[in-house]
Amino acid sequence: MRYLPLTAQNRKDMLQAIGAASVDELFKDVPKTAFMKGLADLPMHMGEMEIERKLGGYANENHHAGKGPFFLGAGCYYHHIPSTVDYIIQRSEFLTAYTPYQPEIAQGTLQYLYEFQSMIAMLTGQEVANASLYDGATAMAEAALMAMRVTKRSKVVYGSAIHPHYHEVLNSYLNNIGAEHEAHDGNLDDKTACVIVQSPDFFGNVYSYAQWRKKCDEAGALLVVVTNEILSLGLLPAPVEADIVCGEAQSIGVAMSFGGPHLGFFACREKFIRQMPGRLCGETVDADGKRGFVLTLSTREQHIRREKATSNICTNQGLCALAFTVHLSLLGEDGFKTLARLNHERACALADALKAAGFTVENESFFNEFTIRLNGDAKAVVEALTKQGIIAGYPVENKLIIAATEMSSEEDIAAFAAALKGATP
Amino acid sequence: MTGAALKTPANDAAKNEPPMDYNRGLNYDENLLWEKTQTDHPGVDLAAPKNTPLRTGQGARDRIGLPQVSEPDVVRHFVRLSTKNFSIDSGFFPLGSCTMKHNPRLNERVARYPGFALAHPMQPASTVQGTLKVMFELQNWLAELTGLPGVCLTPAAGAHGELAGLMTIARAHALKGRTDKAVILVPDSAHGTNPATAAMCGFKIRVIPTRDTGRVTVEAFKEALGDGADVAGMMVTNPNTCGLFESDIQTISKLLHDAGGYFYCDGANFNALVGKIRPADFGVDVMHINLHKTFSTPHGGGGPGSGPICVSEELRPYVPNPVVLHENGSYRLEENGERSSSCGRIKGFQGQFGMHIRALTYMMSHGADGLRQVSEDAVLNANYVLSQLEQDYNVPLAGPCMHECLLTDKVQKEAGVTTLDIAKALIEHGFHPMTVYFPLVVQGAMLIEPTETESKDTLDRFIRVMKDIAADVRNGDVDKFHTYPQSAPARRLDEVRAAREPKLRWKN
Repeated sequence: MRYLPLTAQNRKDMLQAIGAASVDELFKDVPKTAFMKGLADLPMHMGEMEIERKLGGYANENHHAGKGPFFLGAGCYYHHIPSTVDYIIQRSEFLTAYTPYQPEIAQGTLQYLYEFQSMIAMLTGQEVANASLYDGATAMAEAALMAMRVTKRSKVVYGSAIHPHYHEVLNSYLNNIGAEHEAHDGNLDDKTACVIVQSPDFFGNVYSYAQWRKKCDEAGALLVVVTNEILSLGLLPAPVEADIVCGEAQSIGVAMSFGGPHLGFFACREKFIRQMPGRLCGETVDADGKRGFVLTLSTREQHIRREKATSNICTNQGLCALAFTVHLSLLGEDGFKTLARLNHERACALADALKAAGFTVENESFFNEFTIRLNGDAKAVVEALTKQGIIAGYPVENKLIIAATEMSSEEDIAAFAAALKGATP
Repeated sequence: MTGAALKTPANDAAKNEPPMDYNRGLNYDENLLWEKTQTDHPGVDLAAPKNTPLRTGQGARDRIGLPQVSEPDVVRHFVRLSTKNFSIDSGFFPLGSCTMKHNPRLNERVARYPGFALAHPMQPASTVQGTLKVMFELQNWLAELTGLPGVCLTPAAGAHGELAGLMTIARAHALKGRTDKAVILVPDSAHGTNPATAAMCGFKIRVIPTRDTGRVTVEAFKEALGDGADVAGMMVTNPNTCGLFESDIQTISKLLHDAGGYFYCDGANFNALVGKIRPADFGVDVMHINLHKTFSTPHGGGGPGSGPICVSEELRPYVPNPVVLHENGSYRLEENGERSSSCGRIKGFQGQFGMHIRALTYMMSHGADGLRQVSEDAVLNANYVLSQLEQDYNVPLAGPCMHECLLTDKVQKEAGVTTLDIAKALIEHGFHPMTVYFPLVVQGAMLIEPTETESKDTLDRFIRVMKDIAADVRNGDVDKFHTYPQSAPARRLDEVRAAREPKLRWKN
């Protein structure tokens, strides 16, 4: 009961002031049959110590990424997070604030959102970015919906090697409104709203966009570029050819945390801002003429448009966007590029070690993740390696998708290559 | 004061002077990262790259334009920004429908255990039994508290939960061959997300008017239902956005069920019911739960949230995938395609696990006994505020209220002081404003939700300020209201200008 400040005397005094004989009198509109008989069938309250013991025990049952060689990526990456990041995001004023609807007392949140939007726009080579979305998969689905609004067309075309979860979420969102969608065979037509290209794709292959830009221009479709490893934008050229760039930014400042909360990002050309989903923060002045920031262009949003809304998104991932902004501020231009290059070099070292152990790397190009072919079921190999404390990668039939980051040491790479060789026929 | 007279970074830039700070006491004027002193080295020490040939098939990235600030300056920048925010840790936050309650730090500690924070969502199930157990237990707690046995934790926020719930309903009708179920009934007092979500799911919306009553009446419902042939379901918040319990809800849900429709309950206001009243027992088929409201996961300045859905046994086969299963003594996530009746995946991976663990920690802290006290104290606090302010402000709908109370500016507006002015006056007096101009069915609405984590003393201080405001208006002392806030980190901001000339990023 440590979170409840009212005393028994308070409750008595307050009921008297209200003029009610009991608390249940305040619930008089609730049908009698809807009240629980007694307490819920759940444990009674617990102290901090008991909870730490119990949930600490659960945490200890996991073999987490810090415990041994770790090479799993597949849209969520194990990176180092500087200590400053966690300190800043636990500041009460950030952690326990609400959405900045009262800008006079929310300039802290609003200014970092503005800085976040600026950083995302720069990284993606786009003109504007929003204040974040739930995650990369929903960001991609929102991009497809937005392309349909902009072009007033209903068909969405995408590469076959996009992340399977992104693909499934796209299916769900488009099925809801009965829109057409298909994997691309290179032929666009006058119904095509957009082409979605993921780079690096699920298997780690890197793409350039000039050809797709040309095809989209000919067909009058938008080009959507998706990345689920935002760090790749520190080494790969900016996707300036795209009309929309979106994806997952978890890699910078956000823990893997078993899949969430992560950080969807969304950037596009300025001429499309009124069709953009999600929150936007803009610069303005206050009554003294001082620079300040507010949430803006809210006429796009569901709370104003109601059934005419084009998106039902009501929130963003504010605190994750803060973690990203703090981490990227620490890295800066040089640090971000260096970190990207280190990731690529670790992946190159891993590829070389695996080649030396006799495995075939399938990729012609990659950033920090690539695919090798095994003789047999990769899932069984992954399971076998867990027994040696190694998390090997993501299995797809006889293929294994493997990521390396700055966290992958020489020793980890050597141990992994040797164990993988031992576990495969 | 005018803008031109002030020394500000913007004015300095116009005069080509170097940027500097214009602080007043602890009120900092903090520049953007790009305007701060730039260093020649990162604020993170990294290994030196070997600059081996690239295997990306591309040239290296050219200039991005990111700022380059030292670690001490980064810390100071963000700490200074933080001082410009109001937060629940620093003051009373009576924001109606948002449940700004205390956010215990134990939740933060537990979420950061390496076993949780460093778990990858695609690890083999055998290596993540602990996280799966957390999710499974959270599913069970939510099922017990709502009386709805099917729980899916994947939705990332309340509105995302609405989407999951309506997709579940759509899928159920589709697989049962009810092709004519195309309409969702929504009261006009609903949160904007409700009709927006229904539209995003391809449904048509029929509005139930509640303007005069503040509640959905059986009569108005029957009229909206018609013969019910085309009605897929209704979305109702209960307690509703006027802070009232829908007293005819059992009759209404029976009529809806008889017509083959499902009852979606928006769980934004579950804090009034938790541990005491089970939504399933007043006819709910689907409900999303805002973990960031009822179960105290921090709002974080606008997310991350988490909006699991709870559904009846009948709708269980249709919820999004994956859910966590417990079989033969171990836990696992559903395989892709394992449950073909599912309405599909709505998010990458399996939801906002970091919020799941915080919510479970909070639930365990309170237990069955504490959670019942939560709803009772929340309702008591709201009624206490209502009882103390009903002499000074218009109360459009008679109480008792549930966990929030609704006032309007009807009396004050006659003297030229509006809800917005009252909100800004509260800022001046160190409180966060209540929710203003919502619900839309009441003019000049002020929706006050104190939550159970506020002491009587805090409520009395708030009541005192609200009474003083009303007294000033009565006495004609009104001019000052248009100048508030004066003491906040910023004065009233020009929102029209922000929208007319959108400036959404820094540019050199």
